Amino acid sequence: MTRAVEAELPLWPPVNLARGPFALLDESERDRYVGPVTRVRLPTGHAAWLVTRHADVRQLLRHPGFSSDLTRPGFPLLRPLPPQAPEDVKGSFIRMDGAEHARLRRMLTAEFMIKNVRRIEPLIRQTVDESLTDLAAAGPPADLVSTFALPLPSMVICHLLGVPYADHDFFQSRSRALLDQQTSPEVLRTAVQELRDYIRGLIGAKRAHPDGSEDLLSRLIAERVEPGELDVDELVGMALLLLIAGHETTANMIGLSVLLLTRHPGQFTILRDEPDRAAGVVEELLRYLSIVRTGLFRAATEDAEIGGQLIRAGEGAIVLISLANRDAAVFDDGDDFDPYRQAHQHVAFGFGVHQCIGQPLARAELRIALVELARRFPDLRVAAAPQELRTRDNSIVFGLDALPVTW
Amino acid sequence: MSPAEGDLADRPVAGATLRVTVDRDACCGAGNCVRTAPEVFDQDDADGLVLLRRAEPPPGSVDAVHRAVELCPSGAIRVT
Ligand code: HEM
Ligand code: SF4
Repeated sequence: MTRAVEAELPLWPPVNLARGPFALLDESERDRYVGPVTRVRLPTGHAAWLVTRHADVRQLLRHPGFSSDLTRPGFPLLRPLPPQAPEDVKGSFIRMDGAEHARLRRMLTAEFMIKNVRRIEPLIRQTVDESLTDLAAAGPPADLVSTFALPLPSMVICHLLGVPYADHDFFQSRSRALLDQQTSPEVLRTAVQELRDYIRGLIGAKRAHPDGSEDLLSRLIAERVEPGELDVDELVGMALLLLIAGHETTANMIGLSVLLLTRHPGQFTILRDEPDRAAGVVEELLRYLSIVRTGLFRAATEDAEIGGQLIRAGEGAIVLISLANRDAAVFDDGDDFDPYRQAHQHVAFGFGVHQCIGQPLARAELRIALVELARRFPDLRVAAAPQELRTRDNSIVFGLDALPVTW
Repeated sequence: MSPAEGDLADRPVAGATLRVTVDRDACCGAGNCVRTAPEVFDQDDADGLVLLRRAEPPPGSVDAVHRAVELCPSGAIRVT
């Protein structure tokens, strides 16, 4: 395809503030983007394939011929890559393939598995209780995002990792910049380096004064770094990935979930009156809200046919888990939120070997947070008109900047 | 396979025994199988990778095992 033709391609992601937080695409966007596999243009000027059907999304994410490595030829970038020193990316296994990826991921899988998350449920519960007490003291009205949705997952992941929560303003502002597609390469590079320096400092302090702490960083230092299995810079990248992925995602899910559930009388109180249903409601929220909306990004390393389209080695693919989660072939009336739906086939956590490692933690946090919120604030309402709510359309993780609530 | 198991497998009855195998090299430890059929699957305390509690799930778990095959992100579960 020539460059002139590429310039005519529809731009991904589309910017459209009129859609509201729950519609993924409007009518005309649907015509342009829903393929099954369509060609789009990215803000960087490159072209990529957009994959939207549930079956194709699963096939692609499980296909060994697609790479998560940003530096591969044809990788679909939404913003230019900053000049990176090799130590800027060490340890960030979300952007690695094959054995390199498995080596680091496997050092963490046991940590976040269901039975271990069950063990930390008391910690989650206590953190929820404390944050709800703060919310009660802050209003009414109060901002649910800054008093509850963000502090909860942030405190939990800090506690698990052994990162002081007192530093949250520092790492939250930088991680925001990392997730914002509009961040310039220079600002991005500075944010990454500041975050890495910060974690490197924490690791240095823990190594200098080992005190037998049970937090994840201390254990990885003792069990992996000291015996020489893992580089400090690798641990820095792993910890940073967990810190960012561990709070931005769950926080945005809580904010959007509350906005959605309080819109329809009865849906919010299901959580209080039928707590046994809460796990199922959380699955449907994950499906319907699909906060990783700009998609998952991959570069083809071999020719592969996906959804009837040949994707050649060296071409980029963007996998839209959000549209797959509304695919009519799998979910009847997928554009409707139905708290009684069996939503377990959703791909909100991705699919394939990169599927979210923190999903048991995210599920537990969401369930406990929403049930306790419905118990303690049964009359919770949003205290802002829909058009006043600012959504994070430029972020890799979709969500609300703030959610004023009253009770 | 024991002779008794062979007999069962040969019989074309509904709900005949299912045999499950897992590939720990392929597993990425996301735990969907444990969430879906905890009576059949477990995760290793040391590395978080899949372990089988029983290779022949009871009839009541057959549907859940098929669902686990479907949900496994890395294609690490096989049934025969
Ligand atoms: C509702 C909340 C969450 C959502 C929707 C979510 C979504 C996702 C998705 C879609 C991926 C796949 C990325 C890809 O394939 O390129 C992923 C990976 C990941 N997530 Fe989550 N996540 C959530 C919560 C968490 C939490 C709480 C943690 C912290 C422990 C976490 C840690 C990770 C990590 C480390 C990866 C990379 C895994 C790998 O590359 O092997 N996530 N997440
Ligand atoms: S669902 Fe698949 S990848 Fe996940 S733990 Fe089970 S076997 Fe492993």
